[in-house]
Amino acid sequence: MRSYLDFEKPIAELEGRIDDLRTINGDEAVNVEEEISKLESRAEKLLADTYANLSRWQKTSVARHAARPHFKEYVAGLTEDFTPLAGDRAFGEDKAILGGPARFRGRSVMIIGHEKGRDTKSRIDHNFGMARPEGYRKSVRLMEMAERFDMPVITLIDTSGAYPGKGAEERGQAEAIAASTEKCLSLGAPLVSVIVGEGGSGGAVALAAANKVLMMEHAVYSVISPEGCASILWKEAQGKGENKAPDAAEAMKISAQDLLELKVIDGIVPEPLGGAHRDPEAAIERLGDAIEAALHDLEPLSPDELRVQRRAKFLEIGRSLAV
Amino acid sequence: MNWLSDITPPGIKKMFRKRDDNSDALWAKCKSCDEMIFTKDLEASQQVCPSCGHHMTLSPTTRLNAIFDGGQWERIELPDVVTDPLKFKDVKRYTDRLKDYRRKTGEKDALVIGFGQIEGVPSVVAVQNFAFMGGSMGMMLGEGILKAAEQAIANNAPLILFTASGGARMQEGILSLMQMPRTTIAVQMVKEAGLPYIVVLTHPTTGGVTASYAMLGDVHIAEPNALIGFAGARVIEQTIREKLPEGFQRAEYLADKGMVDIVVHRHHLRETLAKILRVLTRHGKKAKPNQQGQNVTPLRVEAQKTESAQKALEAPMDKAAE
Repeated sequence: MRSYLDFEKPIAELEGRIDDLRTINGDEAVNVEEEISKLESRAEKLLADTYANLSRWQKTSVARHAARPHFKEYVAGLTEDFTPLAGDRAFGEDKAILGGPARFRGRSVMIIGHEKGRDTKSRIDHNFGMARPEGYRKSVRLMEMAERFDMPVITLIDTSGAYPGKGAEERGQAEAIAASTEKCLSLGAPLVSVIVGEGGSGGAVALAAANKVLMMEHAVYSVISPEGCASILWKEAQGKGENKAPDAAEAMKISAQDLLELKVIDGIVPEPLGGAHRDPEAAIERLGDAIEAALHDLEPLSPDELRVQRRAKFLEIGRSLAV
Repeated sequence: MNWLSDITPPGIKKMFRKRDDNSDALWAKCKSCDEMIFTKDLEASQQVCPSCGHHMTLSPTTRLNAIFDGGQWERIELPDVVTDPLKFKDVKRYTDRLKDYRRKTGEKDALVIGFGQIEGVPSVVAVQNFAFMGGSMGMMLGEGILKAAEQAIANNAPLILFTASGGARMQEGILSLMQMPRTTIAVQMVKEAGLPYIVVLTHPTTGGVTASYAMLGDVHIAEPNALIGFAGARVIEQTIREKLPEGFQRAEYLADKGMVDIVVHRHHLRETLAKILRVLTRHGKKAKPNQQGQNVTPLRVEAQKTESAQKALEAPMDKAAE
């Protein structure tokens, strides 16, 4: 049973009718075939239209879709010989960020990313993809290791943000994020980052100060969640029970298409029709192709050239926007 | 000022003056101990309550006057950036908010940068202004910190940053978030040049500012009882569903947890900074003033130097450095 998002209701109705027709057997089946294919093409067109015109708030729900591929699926689909490594060697292990060495299309890489979990148990296990300082410190540790073995680093970002907890604060959440961002920027190995779902604030940027930053077609990347922004800037309306998160999402311009236009990201990875959750395998392949192309461009560069490229790229952000 | 205020006699204006406009009030009340303090006394004590020692907000210019030798310093202007790239509007237009704060503070944005000497050590000091949109970090502030770093390098001077901020400026969306890596680059440049980068955390410092340049200093100094953290206390309480302990996210708490080196009373800040700078800038081989950043490693984006960086390097502030 497929789960539909609110705005997918008309598609759900059509697909429901198609399913109903499929159950019809016998003599009527011949005529039904024709009807089915008509409905199917209507459904496909509707799906294409809907997904070509998603609002930023709708994209947010696609980016958070429960059936969307996560880090574990991407790693399983794209790499071989992955060994997940654990712990920051200082305090503990944080499963909101996973990572380790693996083989990716003929080369050794270090692959690191947020994992949100899929069911209740694994979501709790991975803390819903909200990392604590240990997660970011583990990431720094793995990046340093990648440098030593001259391996490119791939990071997959999918988090609503760093975890706002007491222990996280006490153990230096802010310092851990800052140090992780700094490590990304000083890394002497190619670094490719992809926002695969939600890119939530500092908790995302800590792994995404990369040579190439890509976004999946329906991913979102923002300074604060639409809900968080709404609760601050539309405090009064929110207090009266209005939901201003859609307005906040629009105002902040959080879609991949927005960010490409603002020259904050380097490219968009197209998703299968109707979003990555409709065809995870195809989505995973496309991401693999995009990462491979990005690595191909970066691999000839020396460690210093990589640092210079990364730094120049981030310094340029905002400077070239029309006044 | 509108046409109405132009034709209104001063006496009438005074009657309708907003109540929060107490800039020339004779007395102020300490928010911590409720003591009424003579404004002149408060100014003399750098906005520290004489009765309970509570540190109140200090304006950036007053801060710079207090830090630099003889209150002498040269202002480094904030670079211009594109205004309101997102055409952001919540219940109010971002451009209107900006105008309001610019009029209210007389500043372009939430950062004031000065160049002067601290007990003889030429230094670049950047001070965040919490009164300007909560000290929020947007593109202009990010460019300002980059410029401060460039000026520090050009003058072979340490960079000292006084933080005070609610975090990133939401009205600039993703471009404000991008100031986290961009300001981190500024810090890296200063460090690569072999120059000290000292952070003074003042009340309050939170969010994306804490999670970037505020936590990357060679030395972290904090003012007493300053609130310093990543997430807001209310968000944390809602998340973990328990009360937070007394003093949580305060300067002393952070010092206890190993995130802050020293908590320093405002009256001792200048001498503390001077002591550290004396030691860190006079260790022999790197104490060569005005080398125009020649000791900078090739990592300083030599090949793709941006225009503003170029200008900054070409125009060292000889006058102030003398």
